[in-house]
Parts: sequence; structure tokens; C-alpha cells
Amino acid sequence: MSVKKVHDNQPKEFKFSVENIKKIEQILSRYPEKNKKSAVMPLLYLAQKQNDNWIPLAAMKHIASYLAMPYISVYEIATFYSMYNLKPVGKHFIQVCTTTPCLLRGADKIVKLCKENISLNENEISKKGSCSWMEVECLGACVSAPMVQINDDYYEDLDEKSTKEILISLINDKPLKPGSYRGRKNTAPEKNLIVNGEKNA
Amino acid sequence: MPKITINGKEIEFEKGMTVLQACEVADVEIPRFCYHEKLSIAGNCRMCLVEMEKSPKPIASCAMPATEGMNIKTNTALVERARKGVMEFLLANHPLDCPVCDQGGECDLQDQSLYYGVDKSRFIENKREVKEKYMGPLIKTQMTRCIHCTRCVRFATEVAGVPEIGAIGRGENMEITTYLEKSMQSELSANVIDLCPVGALTSKPYAFEARPWELKKTESVDVMDAVGSNIRVDTYNWEVKRILPRMNNEINEEWISDKTRYSCDGLLKQRLDVPYIKKNKTFQKSTWDEAISLLVDKIQSIQPHEIGGHIGDMVNMENALSFKKFFEILKSENLEFREKNIYVNSDEKMNYIFNSSIAGIENSDLILLVGTNPRHEASMLNARIRKTFVQKKIPIFSIGNPGDLTYEYRVIGNSTDDIKKILGKENDFSQKLLSSKKPIIIIGESALELKSGGYIFEEFKKFLINNNLINESWNGLNILAQNASTVGLLDLKILKDQKGKDPFFFDKLNNGKFKLLYLLSSDNLEFQKKNEFIIYQGSHGDRGAEIADIILPSATYTEQNGLYENLEGRIQECKKASYPIGEALEDWKIFNLIVKNLGYQDKLCTFENLRKEILQIVPNFSELNELPKRSKVKIDNIESNFFSEKIFVRELDYYYTNSISRSSKTMSECRKIRQNLKKNGTNN
Repeated sequence: MSVKKVHDNQPKEFKFSVENIKKIEQILSRYPEKNKKSAVMPLLYLAQKQNDNWIPLAAMKHIASYLAMPYISVYEIATFYSMYNLKPVGKHFIQVCTTTPCLLRGADKIVKLCKENISLNENEISKKGSCSWMEVECLGACVSAPMVQINDDYYEDLDEKSTKEILISLINDKPLKPGSYRGRKNTAPEKNLIVNGEKNA
Repeated sequence: MPKITINGKEIEFEKGMTVLQACEVADVEIPRFCYHEKLSIAGNCRMCLVEMEKSPKPIASCAMPATEGMNIKTNTALVERARKGVMEFLLANHPLDCPVCDQGGECDLQDQSLYYGVDKSRFIENKREVKEKYMGPLIKTQMTRCIHCTRCVRFATEVAGVPEIGAIGRGENMEITTYLEKSMQSELSANVIDLCPVGALTSKPYAFEARPWELKKTESVDVMDAVGSNIRVDTYNWEVKRILPRMNNEINEEWISDKTRYSCDGLLKQRLDVPYIKKNKTFQKSTWDEAISLLVDKIQSIQPHEIGGHIGDMVNMENALSFKKFFEILKSENLEFREKNIYVNSDEKMNYIFNSSIAGIENSDLILLVGTNPRHEASMLNARIRKTFVQKKIPIFSIGNPGDLTYEYRVIGNSTDDIKKILGKENDFSQKLLSSKKPIIIIGESALELKSGGYIFEEFKKFLINNNLINESWNGLNILAQNASTVGLLDLKILKDQKGKDPFFFDKLNNGKFKLLYLLSSDNLEFQKKNEFIIYQGSHGDRGAEIADIILPSATYTEQNGLYENLEGRIQECKKASYPIGEALEDWKIFNLIVKNLGYQDKLCTFENLRKEILQIVPNFSELNELPKRSKVKIDNIESNFFSEKIFVRELDYYYTNSISRSSKTMSECRKIRQNLKKNGTNN
């Protein structure tokens, strides 16, 4: 992974929507007036949500002046954290976890499927439909490895077959349901699992 | 005082010191990259690791506060291994391009790897490569060499007050850059070059010019403004290659302004090398004999009261004194050095200097700026105000709006009426002023140039003395002189009339009463040329030479010895680092030539005599490089007239204030960038 670059084609202006301004007021109320720059991370997140899942420079500038911070400080933060996207991503943004537990359980196969079905490279929007994918570090769902995050939802307990189905549903813009693809409820044990010699109900 | 044991030796240290500082007290050297005395502590290079008793791991001594009873060891095998380990990591991604790196010979990493480096590399992976960044016309970047000490980031945010440099990305991909690779908008930006411990940030104009060991170093003082920053002039043969700061905690600390540092390429351009005489509206090369005999004929054919003389902004005291003596021989009293008719009360020394001293700013508890923009008029002094503001959060006020000064201040008025209200205690601010213990009032030339300049100065003085705010221990009434020569020339009593606005020279000048005008390195005098015969004696073909009829070439500040008095009244010596160009001579030698040709063989000066005389003339003189003695405070009842006027802070063309900087290519580039920014609007 190299340093995150900003997108070449930047919108000129950025303004928070009315609902977001209400949310910002609520966020700011959590911090003392003189430390209002503490709100920079939630504000960046809101900006990302509002702007199709990526943060344009205009939004960084807007946030900097909103919080009376130097531009470079906001820029530093936005480039530091990998979950802020500085370039446009697909409408369906797939983040494949490739940290140890998922990798052991076959995340590399998921990556391969992404390459085949979506785009050859990471962060590249697919020709068909509007999808993009990237490898990420641990998403904290090791218990249902391997898994991917698509926009805000987790798709867990994947294998090649289910992944391919999901990817094709995304390309056709009819996404399947999130959750476990082996029929588990949340992270509860699977059906028919034998615990202490007894069948679990 | 608490005690600490370092390498088995018990020493005393001051409370609040870090382990590294305590080691310095004990004369134990600790290698470091990110730690710098004048910046905040980052603790990210890990080079300063030392062993502490009872700690299982080595500690970063720059970030660890020293406490009573600590036992520190810096010469054990553990420490050596730790240092070697850190060094190996630093060198893992550092390119081995010392032979083509400008930092070579004065590089911290190079020096320290000599002692702590391992001679082999175990790193077989690909080295990191970082794209070069644009940081303006002064700073050349080679970011692959960066070791991420963040000294430049801290300097820009803390000292310069322009948070424009930052570290983007993370981990191995961290990169230092300015916001969107814009040039840094600060007058102190080039100091990051000195701070950079490696060759990541180097000097663009000096790139591949010379190696540090080839240069002759001369310790001198700067004349670009009245602060008198201490500098080191590095010369290669007779050419000034670069100018670096010299540490002086009472004046410039460890920094200098960009103008001080980079005007030096102007010393080689636009120089006057031989005398010129204007014939048929063009300048023609001439000889000293011809030029001087023409000049002597002119002088003899003109009445003394029709001869005027103006002394420029960078003339040293010896040359000014010999000029004064020359005018005494001519029996002319029309001498002037001010560029505009500013109010001066040169009766007493405290009336025209920066009384609180630059270091004294740190003791103040309130600052009022009156018609001044210290950021452009005296950048180093402004950095001191900012330092005080950052450390003590003192309130700063201004009358007149100077724009961005890198710290917060409040504009409390923009006319002389507001001053009247303050002095009449009709303003909220009066109470704040009266309740402060060590207030500083800085009066700039933009205020003194007004018709009520006299009123502003004299009434503030009376007000402060009457309220015991000027006393034995504190005098915060300050004049901010703009030119290096101003205070020295006032001490030499160049002005005939010691009090008031004295319009006499300017009246004569503007009414065309002079038949002969002698400009001694004077380029900033604004007037309409009429029928005067103008002699310009100076170093550069600038505004003064343009209108001259005879041009006499003289030496610049790096080419001769001379005394300068800074705005605090501190006399410092500027030393000769190089030789005058072509046939140019020191000014006092030129006056000797003229005086000899006028037939006054007995009135010739020698440099030693001039200097001796100066040190006797200067009032309150204590010692070279020291502040002047304080004189008793007394009120002299000068009645001055009040006029209701607006106070505009005159905007200085910062990169173009004198003939040297106007000739400098680097300064022109900086100026162009600033002007473009103004046109297009700034990003910050």
C-alpha cells in the first residue's frame, strides 16, 4: 500500500446537508469549545457518507475552517486512516479482510474472485455495474472468517460459491442479504453442532 | 537542587530538565535527530536511548523527565546495541547518495553513523522511494532521504506560526509535505533547511555550489532590517555563497529571516564596478580621477547651502561619520537619512530605540502595536512576540490593521482619535494598560510619519511615565526602526535639529532648492528629480544610480568592516568576508579622495580614528554587542499638535526593501509567488 493520493478530478465545492449539520451540532456538543477540533474524525466520516463514500479536498477544507484547524492537519488525518477514501469508490464498495484468520480460511480465493469479477486492480471501478474492491486489515469478525464488508454490511462465512453469487448480485445491482452464508445466526454456533456430547438445539 | 547519577557521576540539575539535558550538564553527549532545544519534544527518532536503572528497556532520554535519584548509564553495551539498532533502521531506507548530497559534510546522520553505524546492511528488500515535493523557491527537497524527525513540521507550526507542513500517510508510507505542495508562506521558512538533520531539505539557491569545508566562514551581522541578526557569511574565494544564522539568544536565537539568508545572490548582480559619468543621457565608464575631478569642480561651483546629502539604509557608522565630516568640510548642513519625514526626538537615546530589548519581550504581559507590521518590518522580532504569545498567551492589541502576524491580536482602533481616547482613559483598553505590570508599546514608522507622529510618541511617553509604567526596571516604550542604519545615524547626530519633525531637508528637496544631491547608498528616497546634479555612491545599480549624473562604486556590507547599531541600540560589528568588486572602494576612502582633491590634506580620516570617535560619540555606550546603558527617565515637556488622522500600516514589499534584495534573483522569485498568491487568494 502506498500513500493515499487525492483524486485528480475534485469537485469545487462541498457543503454539509441540513441533516448532517444537525448531526455535527450534536457531535460538537460532546467536546469543550476550545477542543472542538476533536470532532474532526466524525466530521470526516459524515462528509464521506454524504459524498458517495469518498472525501473530496473541498470537504477537508470545509471541515478545517469549520473547526478552525490548519488544512494540513485535516489532510494528515484523512491520509493516515485507511477507512477514509480520498478517491471515488464504487456504489458497492467491497472491503476484503486479508488478515491472518481470514487468510487462513481462504480470503485469497475471495481476492482472486474479486479480480476476476470486478476489476483487475484494487480501487478500480468495475466496467459492469458500479463496484470496486480493496484489501483491508482485520475488520474484527474473525469468528466468521472469511468475510467481506460491502458498504456498511458484513458478509460472513464465505466460500467461493457464495462469494461469486454475491459479487454477481452486486454487478447486477441487486445485492444479496448480508450476514452468515452458512446459516449461522450472528456469531452463534452452527446448527447441529455437538457441544459436550449433546446436540445443540 | 535535585541530583541525578550519570555514568556513576552525581550531578545537580534544574527541575523540569529532561534526562538528555541533564546528560548535557554532565558533559555526556547523546546522539539525537528529532530533539531540538527550541522546539517541542517529539521523541520519535529513538536515537537518544539510554539505560535507566530499574527499567527493563532503554528509555528515550529526550522525552523522559529527569527525577531525583535516577541512575542513568550511557556507556553500556545495552546502550551501544540500542543505538546501533536504531541507526540500522534509519539507514535501512536512507539512500547512500552522500557524494551527491548537499548536506554532505554537515549532516547529522553522516556524522552519527560514523560512530554508531554498522558497516554492513542486512536489509535486502527494496528501498523506499519518495517523490520529490515542491516547497517553494528556497527549499530543495529530496524526500527519499527523510528520516521523519518532524523538526520541520514542528518549526513551521510552533516558531514560524504557519502550520503548512505536515506528515501524511502512515508507517512506511509517511511523507513530509506542504499542503498540496504549495510553497510555505513564511518569512522564516528557510530555517527548516538548517533544522533538517539529513539532506531531505536543502537550500535550492545553494544547490551544488560548494562543500562546507571549502568555505571561509566569517561571523558577521545582518543589515537587511534593523534587528541586526547574527549571521555567518560563507565565502568561496571572493564570492559569498551562503549566509547562515549564528546563535544569539538575545537577538535572533537560532533563526534568520529568508531575506537575510537569500539576498546574498544579489551581492553579485547589478554591481557597480567602475565609476560612471552620464554623458549624452547614457552612462559611460570612467576612471576615479576623471569622476572625482568632475565632482570637485561641481562642488566648488555650487554654494554650500545648495548641496544636500542623503544617507541610505545599509550604511555603516564609520562611513556615515566620514560622510558627516565631509559635509562639515563643505560647510553644508543639509544632511538627512530618513526616507520619509518621520518624527524623531533624538534628544535622549531612549526616545529612538527599542527599550524593552528583544529578549525582554518575553517578560511582558501586554503588547500594543501602533502603526506597525513587525512581521515584515522586523521578522525576527515578530518571531519573539509569537514565542511570548504561545508560551504565556499574553494579550496583543494593535492600532491600525497590519494583517496576518502569525499570532492572534485585536485591532482596537485605526485612527489617532483612538489613541487620544486611550491616553484620556476613556477607552476600555486604558484600564488593561494601567493594570498590566510590564506593558510593551511598539510604535512603527507608519505612525511616526503622520502629522501627529510627535503627539503619538510624546503623549504615550508622558502617559507611561506618569503612571509609573516606565521606571528603573522596565521601559516598554519602543520605536521599531526599519533600517539597519537608522539608530546608529541618530547616535551620530546626523540630523541638525534634534527635535520634532524637521521638514527642512524634505522641503528643500521637494522645492528643488538643491543644485547638488549626494546620495550615499540611498535608494529608497522618493522624490521628483528636477535640476539637481546627482552623485550616487553605492554598490548596486538600483533606483539611486538610475537618476545619477556621476556614479561612484562602493563596497557592500560583506565587503568591509563596520559598526551597525540595531534597533535596541546594541552596537555590533559587521566583518569583511569578501572584497569589493572591480574598482569599488569603501565609502570613507572615497571621501578621502574627494577631500584630498578639494585641497584639505589635513582632514583625511583613517578607519581606526573613525571607529574610535564613534565609540566616544555614541551616548550610553556600554560595550560592543551589549545593550546600551539606561539613562534616568525624565519628562521633557514637548507640546505636540494633535491631528485627527487615520493610521494605515504601510505595507512593505518584504522581498524588495533594499538595493541588495532588489538585485537578488531568489528574492524576485519569492516576491512573484507572494504576488500571485495575493491575486488568486490564499488557500489558508
